[in-house]
Amino acid sequence: MGPVIQVSGVRKTYGKTVAVDEVSFEVHDGEIFGLIGPNGAGKTTAMECIEGLRTPDRGSISVLGLDPFRQVYKLQDRIGVQLQQAQLQKRIKVWEAVDLWATLYKKKSTDGERLLEQLGLIDKRNAWFMNLSGGQKQRLFIALALINDPEVVFLDELTTGLDPQSRRAIWDLVRGIRERGKTVFLTTHLMEEAERLCNRVAIIEHGRIIDIDTPESLVSRHCPERTVVLATDNPLAEERLRSIPGMESVTRSDSRFTIRGRGDDLVTEVIHCLSENHIRVSDFRTILPNLEDVFLKLTGHSIRE
Amino acid sequence: MMLRGLWKLTWLEIKIFMREPMGAVGAILIPVLVFLGAGRIVGGRLPPPTFAASNFIHVGLPVLASLLIAINAVISLVTIISIYREGGILKRLRATPLRPQTILTAHVIVKLLLTAATLALMVLAGKRYYPVGVHAPLFSFTIALLISTWSILSIGFLIASIVPTARFAQLIGGFVMYPMLGFSGLFVPLAALPPVLHAVAQALPLTYAVALLQGIWTGDPWSAHVGDIAALALVFVVCTALSTKVFRWE
Repeated sequence: MGPVIQVSGVRKTYGKTVAVDEVSFEVHDGEIFGLIGPNGAGKTTAMECIEGLRTPDRGSISVLGLDPFRQVYKLQDRIGVQLQQAQLQKRIKVWEAVDLWATLYKKKSTDGERLLEQLGLIDKRNAWFMNLSGGQKQRLFIALALINDPEVVFLDELTTGLDPQSRRAIWDLVRGIRERGKTVFLTTHLMEEAERLCNRVAIIEHGRIIDIDTPESLVSRHCPERTVVLATDNPLAEERLRSIPGMESVTRSDSRFTIRGRGDDLVTEVIHCLSENHIRVSDFRTILPNLEDVFLKLTGHSIRE
Repeated sequence: MMLRGLWKLTWLEIKIFMREPMGAVGAILIPVLVFLGAGRIVGGRLPPPTFAASNFIHVGLPVLASLLIAINAVISLVTIISIYREGGILKRLRATPLRPQTILTAHVIVKLLLTAATLALMVLAGKRYYPVGVHAPLFSFTIALLISTWSILSIGFLIASIVPTARFAQLIGGFVMYPMLGFSGLFVPLAALPPVLHAVAQALPLTYAVALLQGIWTGDPWSAHVGDIAALALVFVVCTALSTKVFRWE
């Protein structure tokens, strides 16, 4: 089976602004794929082109073998969509929205009531949309995106504006979507979100994709630096630590040592050295780079502007 | 199917409309109350009217009232569409297999039903408090009014398709609709207008609506108004075609 989503050479401009340029990538069956980058990088434009809501100026897109532009209704029957900053009618009730959405799709929909239960919205089924909290609204939008039992789910900035607790709850829901065998395509400017959820990510900035890979590979490719911090009273420690392969520097302040080096093996080498020399430690921590550092390295600035 | 979800959406929009604080009261009750109040004052206190005044009460007033309700419906339609667009509701609906025609048709049906309900109440109220001795063909008049409303609604659509914000939409709607009413031949007979204004009136769709409604109210046969109906249908076709071309979802 080929890729679920195939994007090649897509470009979209608004007047003189180039929103998305020469964007190409593939999303495979059953993975969570994240398009990550700062606000205004072109994430939403790229996603809306794939959903068939916008027409690219150039390039080609295929989703589930369909052309999102020419076969948009066929496509929309098979995908689920959550849009950034979407709203519903202020006074529509939760169950009414789910009920309406359920009738819009050709395919027999999933059980709306069960969906509300799974998303923790069953107590709110008679509440008006305008009276829901931010997290509840997002959960309702997830319910609407899942109502047709879609093959691919699109989530645009799903947790923006939510408190950490609701954010974590939503992450669990997204993992649950993948466990049901669905492909998830999401955008986020939160690196933590991408790291926790995505199998693969594409980093986008100024409308161009800079790199695509698993979060781990991106980190080890662009940020091979590793740091180990440990505390020990052993007088021989400093000398032994300096002989570790891959070590670049050891700094000491009282009984605390900071070992910096490169490569995935550094941590193992430190542990090996400690155990071989019977050095007892009272503290041991590793400081590993993350996607945030990758982004900083690739673009020269932090994703938080 | 093209209109999948139409009835559910229509019913939903009716329910949502009724939940608005001023929804049912503002759209149905207030016009009826104003009508009743005016009827009592005018009907009770005035000396026997002159022929011209009497003619206005007998023919002009019912037509005016019906058109005002229709125009109200149009303006509220324009407003709702722009609120939906501003709030991103249209965009969210667009990301489903729901077709634009379905969304628009649902809103038109809601407004037509509302217009019909208000009129029905007025007729009932009028029978009780407004004994002007008119025996108008109510059924034919209702059909004529539906045709007129449908045509005026399509103008509303065109406005709704292009106007950016809800506030603006309401304003534009008012500015387009009410002056049209002034030149429609309802207050001043078309023949009495200077030639330039007469030409203007001929170009305005409401003129044909007024001619049709007045004619049917006074008992004209339908065959006398084929031209008016054709003009209204033309307006509908042109406006609908234009608005599907220029409609903006966001």
